[in-house]
Amino acid sequence: MNTMIKTATRSLVLALTLTSAGPALAADTTVIVDPQRRDQPLDGASAPVERRQVEVVQGGIARSYKEQPPMIPHAIDKYEISLRLNGCLKCHSEETYQAEKAPKLGDSHYLDRDGKRLDRLSMRRYFCTQCHAPQFEGTPLVDNAFEGRR
Amino acid sequence: MSEEKPRTTKKALTLLLIGVAVGIIFWGGFNTAMEATNTETFCISCHEMEANVYKELQDTVHYQNRTGVRATCPDCHVPKDWVHKIVRKVQATNELYHHFMGTIDTRQKFEATRMELAQNVWTAMKNTDSRECRNCHNFDSMDYDKQDARSSTRHEDAAEAGFTCIDCHKGIAHKLPKEYDPEKDIPGQSIFYRN
Repeated sequence: MNTMIKTATRSLVLALTLTSAGPALAADTTVIVDPQRRDQPLDGASAPVERRQVEVVQGGIARSYKEQPPMIPHAIDKYEISLRLNGCLKCHSEETYQAEKAPKLGDSHYLDRDGKRLDRLSMRRYFCTQCHAPQFEGTPLVDNAFEGRR
Repeated sequence: MSEEKPRTTKKALTLLLIGVAVGIIFWGGFNTAMEATNTETFCISCHEMEANVYKELQDTVHYQNRTGVRATCPDCHVPKDWVHKIVRKVQATNELYHHFMGTIDTRQKFEATRMELAQNVWTAMKNTDSRECRNCHNFDSMDYDKQDARSSTRHEDAAEAGFTCIDCHKGIAHKLPKEYDPEKDIPGQSIFYRN
């Protein structure tokens, strides 16, 4: 009896494997483009990074909509955000922004998830680059008359 | 009497020549030895330097950059002029002592001491107006027009306010200590220098 059940299970598993493997085998002929590595082989060196200038805009980049996190109008590759420290706070924190003549963190960044105001930057907001990003100088692909709001 | 006089002169001359030769050997040897301890190879012959600060340096602009100019350990950490160099070399005997005592011979011990070590260097640089930085970098040699607007404003302001390189540029060649808080390091009001 036991052997019968075992054999039945085995054939069922085999059948399922075969049917699910079917489409995958057929897809083997199509070229799969890895969006991150492109056509670089996994065991080779990655392609050299294209050198592009980060856009530096005095006074900041205009917002596209009201609650958009402001874009970063300067290069940030020398600032570290890690377990040890958050380099952005050297200029943008409540304590330093005046001396550094930099925009201060939004008040929302001091609230915890229950809306309680904290003394320090809320840990939910610690990783600045999750929402704020610098911009590379690029030429628009098509003409665009869109104007963001200030 | 008249025979002895040239002999004395000869003796004095020989003595002088020996003195000069010995002087050259000793002085030259001393300077050669000092120069030998003033190389990156010598610095990273110690595990503490090789495994920690030298590894970190390799990710920075002072190690590899567009124009291929590299700063090695002594360029930033040993004064160029003779008097200050000797003073620094004498201080370094303390580093030798701690090397043989194994004070920072593991990564953990190094990390635990990093704040103290960093503060030593920051304070020294603050007191000398970042003398070793200025071997290469100088406010007077900067072309502000070629800098980012952000950099040029800040540099001009800093020069006017009498700030020195290390006031803003900490942790550019090595990792910052975990106790370092960027919010407490406003130029001119930093809490990270020793008195």
